[in-house]
Amino acid sequence: MGLLSPADQDRLRASFSEMTSKVRVLFFTQSLDCETCLHTRHILDELPALSDNIAIEEVNFVLEKEKATQYGIDRVPALALLADGSNGDGRDSRIRFLGAPSGYEFISLVHALLLVGGRASSLTDENRQKLAAVDKPMTVQVFTTPT
Amino acid sequence: MAFSNTNITAYAVEATEFPDLARRYRVTGVPKTVVDETVEILGGLPQDLFVAQALSGRDPSVGPIGS
Repeated sequence: MGLLSPADQDRLRASFSEMTSKVRVLFFTQSLDCETCLHTRHILDELPALSDNIAIEEVNFVLEKEKATQYGIDRVPALALLADGSNGDGRDSRIRFLGAPSGYEFISLVHALLLVGGRASSLTDENRQKLAAVDKPMTVQVFTTPT
Repeated sequence: MAFSNTNITAYAVEATEFPDLARRYRVTGVPKTVVDETVEILGGLPQDLFVAQALSGRDPSVGPIGS
């Protein structure tokens, strides 16, 4: 029995059917000393069955430090979303999740998957232009809680 | 935002799992957004305001809203 009810699975399958390109989720995890890594894995395990365009790739945070550094991940569980090109290259969306994506965070994850998977951005043209002018690295952290 | 510009990286942080981060950024309510360690946005804002606030620490010609 999964975490999602059959009705939720149907709704998500319908939403994900909007995706026109593949998304690879890098899942940074470790087996010891990580309270929510297993819970995160259970959540992520549900996703590939709901869309052919979603793939999960597990990254061992302890053994693959280089990869973690490359994606700016300094704690686990963490997710990095890649827009998968047809040639197998992943374009980094630069969207990250730190902590288990449950509750409201799960909704955010679904929206992020849809965006990276090809759904039109909700940014207005004006805001897109303003953001395009950012020419130095900028880090945006949004703190939330599951409820 | 991050998806629109490769210079921008966005983290959704689960505050209760990482109390050290919550403390460092003085998160007392959610959602709270921190941009480049300097700009703090409390609560949810309409998109125009959010973008303006998020960029307010960048361009010296644009002050934070209300200043």
